[in-house]
Amino acid sequence: MRRRSFLALPLALLPGQARPAAIAYPAVTPDFRPDFPRDHGAHPDFRQEWWYVTGTLATPRGETLGFQVTFFRARPDITTDNPGALVPRQVIVAHAALADTRHGRLRHDERAGRASLGLAGAETGSTRVWVDDWRLDLDRNAWLAKLAARDFAIDLELRMTRLPVANGREGYSQKGPAPEEASYYYSVPHLAATGGIESAGRKEAVTGLAWLDHEWSSQILPPGAVGWDWIGIHLEGGGALMAFRMRDAAGQTLYAGGTLLSPKDITRALAPDQVAFEPLRRWRSPRTGAEYPVAMKVVVLGREWLIEPMMDDQELDARSSTGTIYWEGAVRISLNGAVVGRGYLELTGYWRPLRL
Amino acid sequence: MFRLSLLLARRFSAGSMGRVILSLAGIALGVALGFAVQLVNQAAVNELAAGVRALSGDADLEVRGGRAGFPETLYAELARLPGVAVASPILELEAGLAGGGTLRLVGLDPLRAALVQPALFGDEPGRRLELLQPDTVYLSAAAAHLAKDGKLRIVAGLQAVELRVAGVLPASSLRGAAALADVSTAQWRLGRPGQLNRIDLRLAPGADRDPLRATIQGRLPAGVHVATVDAVEESGANLSRAYRVNLNVLALVALFTGGFLVFSAQALEMARRRGEHALLRVLGLQGHGVFRLVLAEAALIGAAGGALGIALGWGIALAAVQLGGADLGSGLFRGVQPELMLPIGYIVAYWAAGIAVAVAGAWLPALDAARVPPAQALKAGHGERLFERAATVAPGLALLATGAGLALLPAVGELPLPGYFAIGCLLVGGILLMPWLARLAFERLPRPRQPPLALALAQLRGAPGQAMVSLAAIVASFALMCAMAIMVASFRESVDRWLSAVLPADLYFRTTHAGESGWIEPGFEDQVRKLPQVSKVEFLRSQRVLLDSGRPAVALLARDGVEGSGASRFPLAGRLYERRDGDPPAAWISEAVADHTGRKPGERIELPLAGKRQPFVVAGVWRDYARQHGAIVIDRDSYVALTGDRRANDAALWLAPDVTPDQASRALRALPGGEQLEIAGPGEIRTVSLRLFDRTFAVTYALEAVAVLVGLFGLASSVGAIVLARRREFGMLRHVGMTRRQVGGMLAAEGGLLAALGVGAGLVLGAAISLVLVYVVNRQSFGWSMDLHPPWLLLAALSGALVSLAAVVAWFSGREAMGMAPVRAVREDW
Repeated sequence: MRRRSFLALPLALLPGQARPAAIAYPAVTPDFRPDFPRDHGAHPDFRQEWWYVTGTLATPRGETLGFQVTFFRARPDITTDNPGALVPRQVIVAHAALADTRHGRLRHDERAGRASLGLAGAETGSTRVWVDDWRLDLDRNAWLAKLAARDFAIDLELRMTRLPVANGREGYSQKGPAPEEASYYYSVPHLAATGGIESAGRKEAVTGLAWLDHEWSSQILPPGAVGWDWIGIHLEGGGALMAFRMRDAAGQTLYAGGTLLSPKDITRALAPDQVAFEPLRRWRSPRTGAEYPVAMKVVVLGREWLIEPMMDDQELDARSSTGTIYWEGAVRISLNGAVVGRGYLELTGYWRPLRL
Repeated sequence: MFRLSLLLARRFSAGSMGRVILSLAGIALGVALGFAVQLVNQAAVNELAAGVRALSGDADLEVRGGRAGFPETLYAELARLPGVAVASPILELEAGLAGGGTLRLVGLDPLRAALVQPALFGDEPGRRLELLQPDTVYLSAAAAHLAKDGKLRIVAGLQAVELRVAGVLPASSLRGAAALADVSTAQWRLGRPGQLNRIDLRLAPGADRDPLRATIQGRLPAGVHVATVDAVEESGANLSRAYRVNLNVLALVALFTGGFLVFSAQALEMARRRGEHALLRVLGLQGHGVFRLVLAEAALIGAAGGALGIALGWGIALAAVQLGGADLGSGLFRGVQPELMLPIGYIVAYWAAGIAVAVAGAWLPALDAARVPPAQALKAGHGERLFERAATVAPGLALLATGAGLALLPAVGELPLPGYFAIGCLLVGGILLMPWLARLAFERLPRPRQPPLALALAQLRGAPGQAMVSLAAIVASFALMCAMAIMVASFRESVDRWLSAVLPADLYFRTTHAGESGWIEPGFEDQVRKLPQVSKVEFLRSQRVLLDSGRPAVALLARDGVEGSGASRFPLAGRLYERRDGDPPAAWISEAVADHTGRKPGERIELPLAGKRQPFVVAGVWRDYARQHGAIVIDRDSYVALTGDRRANDAALWLAPDVTPDQASRALRALPGGEQLEIAGPGEIRTVSLRLFDRTFAVTYALEAVAVLVGLFGLASSVGAIVLARRREFGMLRHVGMTRRQVGGMLAAEGGLLAALGVGAGLVLGAAISLVLVYVVNRQSFGWSMDLHPPWLLLAALSGALVSLAAVVAWFSGREAMGMAPVRAVREDW
């Protein structure tokens, strides 16, 4: 599950505190079976949806870059007789970030728009989602991510080398103790990334490994949750690990889960009691004052994985598009002192509780 | 230096204190007025600019259409242009409130605005998403009080629409009385489906602004323009420039009068102290020492008066802003709540101006005091020296001629600067001619029989130099007063007649009181036409079109039935052009439009209608006092044919026989939606319009009153001073047998004669200046022509009052001067 989802759609999609929901969103039910390529496309009836690409890239000179490209789709909870083309029936938000140790901190940018006049949209049938000239398209077996941000530009082909991995029970991924606190969620790890990154007027050819999450839901955070921690890690030798936990205001785990993928495409869904997160080191943002546990111990099935960020400052200020600030950063993972993988760590709800 | 200050200290002793205070007050008033006008205007302009900035945010370019706007597809097209990073679509209109009044409704896409105008939402990002809700608004702090039970009721067409108020924005984010809504809500609720009227663009890094701007302009439909945000900000300041300059010039007049007071006071002081100065010279003080002494004294008066003026100006500005907002009656800054700032630069400038004016006023007397040989000065009878040089006619005539010439020049940078200079030349030239005129007038007067009158005339003939100072004070202040009175009266009378001409019908109703959100649908129009109480009705559609990106939008009025009878419906200025076969439809342009476009009757003019440039032929130029930025009248049938827009805003009704306006109003109100109409008879509209006019000129009236006051002060002080200086003469007159009464009568006659001459000359000079004001300054500042209507009664009353006052003051001063015994008075004459 990509909890960032919750970031994206704070008030617009949610019934809000006082207002009863105007739209009857479809429920997320356990009888789901993913159907590709149709489910790579949008599910506009649901309240929220996102395509989340993270990865690590290598430049020709051997430097490592982290990148994140996310497209959120939200269906605001509005009903109106207004027939106008500009009525915000669907909203698309996009975030892009580049972690470059040479630069010291995360560079990021965002776009947002209503799906009107063809300026933004998310199509059904296959992945085709865009805001202005930022876009993510599925072309046969490769996603094409192309965007020009304020300080950098990303143009990547992300080719599938493995089958999509359905998280939870065949793609029905529970997020809280109650069965309706859930989403439809699959991941596509081990995407072979090739393309170019332009930064500071310089264009570099890059290759690397990327991870795509696609998740949609009409659900809210479980009651009492203020945010979540999430990791998506490519393991050396071809395995992958996804794990998350929902936190309450005291920092305690409300619910947890994950998926372990073996090099031979065998998946194992992780139950709440098989995943634990433990902060090891905190970093305080000089800009916002928020404190993030950027180094973590993640215990999965009794094994202790240590997570270390590529750099501490990977905070992402998305106040102007989704109204929140979170930490989304490239990390290394080690087991018994040896680095065994690279991936992404996401920390939300540390600036202010997510209001969902 | 120490010696100088000692001397100064002595000079400000009790005896001359009254005159010093008067000069000081004159300077203070001038500085105060100028400074206050500057402060209030600066505050308003800053506030306006801040408002533009808050709403433009980080935008680099702004695309604007007139009120009619443009299709939203243009937004999509521009958003896709390479080089455009973010495009933010906006529909902003002045929306009517159901309870009366208007507010600016800004419909935008909060998702886009967050990237272009992040400051709009303050630091509460949730507001953006809340704003996506249909029929939801955020109010600006200044509009917070307009919400009733969390709802805002606005007028759309003839309906009232209820919008939910989600909250109030911090005062820093949205200025004036305004509300934010989602662009789709604004389009729907204001009856503008698919329309926008503004797009803010943020360019991609490295995009070249000017070529891109040209590319964008090339894609825009007619009547839509793209400009940099700086240019938009500037045009807000330009809006009020002419008005501001006008007020500043009035303040300068007050300052000038203050300087004149200094001159008159110093000149008299020099005459009185001639002996004292001569003594100082004999004791070793050089001529330039006396000169410095006099100037230093004046500078001190200027410094004190200037400082007082700064404080007073601050107080006036504060009061003006708190009482009436920042528009100084101009109506240009409605709803703007400015904050006064104390700009140190302006303080220094105005203070320095006060000192400079005082020093300039004392220059001539100081020069004179320094040049008189001490031996000569110690003898009596050389008070007139100062004016001997001025008694030549040439400089005065030259200045008058220069003034007349300047008045014929066109405006500079759209400001009537030559006109202002012409007024200055006329004034100074007229004053310079006064000694010559006085000699001429008093020599020609027959000697009267009564001894007091004969003595008075002899005194005036014998020593015109002393009298000249009083005379000049009277002429200067009375000329300015007359000029202003004639100008304002002419304007008011012209407006009054204009109103009668443009209001020929029995009854009017309109929706435009509801800003830009009120209109009448064709169905309602038909119902009105069918009312039995109405014999004839003409509808009007009002729009706003941008002829030029650097100018405010021009009103476009599409009226029923102008094609046939256009000429008789509005007051034409100049000739009429008869449409010929093959001509495009006719347009009647107001003087402001004619000035800005340079079009004359018979020439073609292109108007942007429905996104296309449509040719029209100028059928005539008409006078319009209602819309300063210009208006164009076209026939409504042509308008509908070209645009397909069948809505209307206002209507003029002629009633059926025996129907009272009241009955017709009731019938209109009874129609569905009729309760939203504003209905008024021509008389009521006229009253309201004239009240508005008076409000606009309130500041002018105030300055005029100050001019009168300063003039009266000047008169009183100089007459009083002359009388005091002649105490010994009165003693002598008493000795040779004149009664106190007779001496009093003599003084009154002197004062009256002097004032009569001054008032007569002031009237002539004022009339000349008023011509410049009416035909040059006003025409060039505001584009309004008017007819001359001097307020005879007022002028006569003022003249009479001034002459009587002069006589009374002279008489009173005489009484005071004769308070001491004749013997003592003569003894004072060594």
